[in-house]
Amino acid sequence: MNREEIIKKINTFLIEEFEVDGSKITPDAPLKETLEMDSLDFVDLVVVIESNFGIKVKGEDFVGIVTFQDFYDFIINRVSN
Amino acid sequence: MNRVVITGIGIYSTIGKNLAEVKNSLYQGKSGICLDMERKQFGYRSGLTGKIERPMLKGMLDRRQRVCLPEQGEYAYMATVEALKYAKLEQDYIDQHEVGILYGNDSCAEPVIKAIDIIREKKDTTLVGSGSIFQSMDSTVSMNLSVIFKLKGINLTIAGACASGSHAIGLGYLLIKQGLQDIIICGGAQELSIYSMGSFDGLSAFSIRESEPTKASRPFDRDRDGLVPSGGGATVIIESYESAIKRGAPIIAEVIGYGFSSNGDHISVPNVEGPTRALVKSVKDAGIDLSEIGYINAHATSTPVGDGNEAQAITNVFGNHRPYVASTKSMTGHEMWMAGASEVVYSILMMQNNFIAPNINLENPDEHSAKLNIPTKVVQTGFDMFLSNSFGFGGTNSSLIIRKFK
Repeated sequence: MNREEIIKKINTFLIEEFEVDGSKITPDAPLKETLEMDSLDFVDLVVVIESNFGIKVKGEDFVGIVTFQDFYDFIINRVSN
Repeated sequence: MNRVVITGIGIYSTIGKNLAEVKNSLYQGKSGICLDMERKQFGYRSGLTGKIERPMLKGMLDRRQRVCLPEQGEYAYMATVEALKYAKLEQDYIDQHEVGILYGNDSCAEPVIKAIDIIREKKDTTLVGSGSIFQSMDSTVSMNLSVIFKLKGINLTIAGACASGSHAIGLGYLLIKQGLQDIIICGGAQELSIYSMGSFDGLSAFSIRESEPTKASRPFDRDRDGLVPSGGGATVIIESYESAIKRGAPIIAEVIGYGFSSNGDHISVPNVEGPTRALVKSVKDAGIDLSEIGYINAHATSTPVGDGNEAQAITNVFGNHRPYVASTKSMTGHEMWMAGASEVVYSILMMQNNFIAPNINLENPDEHSAKLNIPTKVVQTGFDMFLSNSFGFGGTNSSLIIRKFK
């Protein structure tokens, strides 16, 4: 998968899982606030990443992630490795 | 001591998804039982089950609320929405007053099984998802509804086997009577998925009259061969008379007696003495004459021993008085943790509409049920007071007496 395909897949599962309007997802928008995520939602994010990309992340990994762009870069980096 | 009135009722069951549908089904003697071949293929001895549709809650509840809610929580939510509307209990009133919840539930099979399946497969607990633990606990219904409706009073699940729903109402009645709470959402909920009834089926306690599913649940009939599992959600909102008058609530009926007991006997086989004591206690608590009870909604589940024992208990207590006695389980199947609450709802619907639903499938009574006045067709008659029995595994017994409000 190339960068664009990964980003498209991420946006698809975020919209589906968190039932958010796709127009709100822009690279510079804040992930947590846009998706109205609380601590329990990060648990579900771990699950949905694993089922879509087969990679296992931990709650601690999200500490430095603020925007959607941060999130895309994190996933792309993990998928490449 | 406060008077305890019922100001709201709601139902989501195998014979109707709301009060109007259920009332019609009761009047027509309509069965909610079917044969589920998937259960047979899965390994069930009996494929018979109540049939119920999962409600579509997107649009009614947000994602977080839906993620934490298991099957029976969905049924309880639907029943509670209807009951709150009936009671004219709006969210801003609930926000400013202590409204409690005492709901009957005694199992959560599917969420636990699904979580363990994921852990076994993935060797990783962080992949079960955030909703799993909240769905898996027996207190899931009261837990979820108290969060959804922002309740601030008592917050508890009553686990008393097949008497759970009845005990929930009884215990709520005691709290309100003593002035410890003004309004309590009581009820009972029961999961019905293929994961939830396997162990019970393994006791060979279910009917295997699979050739005639709607005739399989036959309480009091000589040829009954076991119960039919069923489920759903039923809510009964109880309130102090003073609170109801103050907020202009509709008063549907009054709870006037609660009797409880334990058999101190076999874990699954009921006796006569324990239920008799609960019955007697409820009559004493109500301070009424036996002749005032026009209808008994029997626990009778269509099991060979249980129905006969209850018939004896009723005959022992009521003697020459012969109220109508019928089991709505003949139509719904055994709603288990929901039953005590749903059967109060069914009985109230009958009392409001001047009829007694038939005990369907009673073709030949046995020696004990022959002594009871059991209608096999709908009876058009008014009654002012009913008694509802619920008995459960471990010998837990509950009897409630409810009358028209005066």
